Amino acid sequence: MSEHQVLLEAHDVAKHFGGVKALHDVSLTIRRGEIYGLIGPNGAGKTTFFNCLTGLYKNESGHFIFDGLRLAADAPHKAAEVGIARTFQNIRLFGNMTAIENVMVGRHLRTHAGVFGAISRNSATRTEEAAITRRAEELLHYVGIHERAHDYAKHLSYGDQRRLEIARALATEPKLLALDEPAAGMNGTETEALRLLVEGICRDGVTVLLIEHDVKLVMGLCGRVAVLDYGEKICEDVPAVVQKDPRVVEAYLGGSVA
Amino acid sequence: MNTRIRKSGPGRQHWWALLLIGAVLLAVPFVAALGGQAWVRIANFAILYVFLALGLNIVVGYAGLLDLGYVAFYAVGAYVYALLASPHFGIHLPFWVILPLGAALACLFGVLLGSPTLKLRGDYLAIVTLGFGEIIRIFLNNLNAPINVTNGAQGITLIDPIRIGDFSFAQTSIILGVSVSGPQKYYFLLVALAIMIIIINVRLQDSRVGRAWQAIREDEVAAKACGINTRNIKLLAFAMGASFGGVAGGVFSAMQGFVSPESFSLMESITILAMVVLGGMGHIPGVILGAVLLTALPEALRYGIQPLQQALFGRMIVDPESLRMLVFGLALVLVMRFRPAGLWPSSQRRRELAESAD
Repeated sequence: MSEHQVLLEAHDVAKHFGGVKALHDVSLTIRRGEIYGLIGPNGAGKTTFFNCLTGLYKNESGHFIFDGLRLAADAPHKAAEVGIARTFQNIRLFGNMTAIENVMVGRHLRTHAGVFGAISRNSATRTEEAAITRRAEELLHYVGIHERAHDYAKHLSYGDQRRLEIARALATEPKLLALDEPAAGMNGTETEALRLLVEGICRDGVTVLLIEHDVKLVMGLCGRVAVLDYGEKICEDVPAVVQKDPRVVEAYLGGSVA
Repeated sequence: MNTRIRKSGPGRQHWWALLLIGAVLLAVPFVAALGGQAWVRIANFAILYVFLALGLNIVVGYAGLLDLGYVAFYAVGAYVYALLASPHFGIHLPFWVILPLGAALACLFGVLLGSPTLKLRGDYLAIVTLGFGEIIRIFLNNLNAPINVTNGAQGITLIDPIRIGDFSFAQTSIILGVSVSGPQKYYFLLVALAIMIIIINVRLQDSRVGRAWQAIREDEVAAKACGINTRNIKLLAFAMGASFGGVAGGVFSAMQGFVSPESFSLMESITILAMVVLGGMGHIPGVILGAVLLTALPEALRYGIQPLQQALFGRMIVDPESLRMLVFGLALVLVMRFRPAGLWPSSQRRRELAESAD
């Protein structure tokens, strides 16, 4: 695998909470342009891995190399700046802002107007505001909720909120989009629509890291899958191989019956 | 999205409303003068508090940071003016040098206060800012030894009024055939400043920075994940709010001609915060209403309660000063009970509160 094909390398990332080892020296490599699945039973450390990657937690040891550069730990806005965007397992939208305003906040990182621009409303600021609005509209279109643009985020349906979170994440122009259980609580139709959306995002050049419980979705969507159990990576391969791995079967179904 | 842009530019019917407001603002100092210059001074203070409350609104209303030490920045502005335009040090700089200087120094203090409190929220932030407000006041009280900087509790007197060339704001002069008194001149200066800060508030609200403040208020973790540098954006809110406090302090100094640490007590911080909360946090018309009501009502009580008691009972039963605090407290309790989002809240704040009540 040549250097420029690798987007993210995790090296021996470890994190513990008190005596609980949430992550135990997890290493993995994500290639550009793939959809990479991260699965595992509840409490396996998937979300903890996400939080370390995006700077919300500080890992005790190990590090991440993203796009050739080492990520600063404990700095969420910097992770976003180098091109890692994420969604949250328990949706975290700005509930009392409209859908389009949520996406406009996502543009914050790639725009520049400061206080003086805001107060003077000079032509540069007005142009930038118009561009922010236009881009936000495009993204709402892209995820298919443009007709809800002026509704408050908290009034959107569950599926639409998930989509809005993805639109907000895409507004930061990420290289890697990390989705934390995007299909949780969705019905079959919604899940299928989500699958198409994620495939589309990947086709448009954004690498996707996906945590998911819906095994069918992961197996259909991901090029490669890693399995975490008790904070350790027990397996990493193409879905067909992972599915048959005895350690994975054991992790999910419990130890073999004697 | 055009609704936002349209909202900020006045439409046809808005012009009439603006014209009406303008006429009322123009008439106020002359109508008030019929009852004596004291009433003009009350109107001046009402507008000064509008200015202060709108400055605090940036910190509390927009960024959602509970600041109980706002009066510290007001004090910094007031003392900068007092020290640089009085016989105390024998320095007499013009106001257009001192006011920006006061704003800048207050801004610096805002950042100084802001930086150690960045990880704090809610109650904890309130306690730290409260402490900061007290520290400044105590410093002003005790900085008369070993070198006499602030003249301690006696305060600084004979502060220069604002003066443009020969045109002094302290004296009565005839403008276009109308006699305009000192307080009336300050009134128009204050109105101009208030209009300026209203425009700044409105424009900040609908901007990239305003959205970032709102995002932090809604969900700080999500805001960080969106790439917002929450540290800088919060400091910006503190700095902005503080510099407006500094400007207000300078004008206060010039208008009064006298400052002492007594004017910058904790009660003052709480009153300004009460104006913001009672009027409607984050909603500009609400904050203005809160500031005007909380300045005018106690004064009206002060002047009205004595004759009223004389008429009803033939003598004074309750001291007007203590009754003032009683009514003030009662008003706060009633408003918070029946209109928890403030007297005139923004539709958004109403939603937030409805949500937390669920």
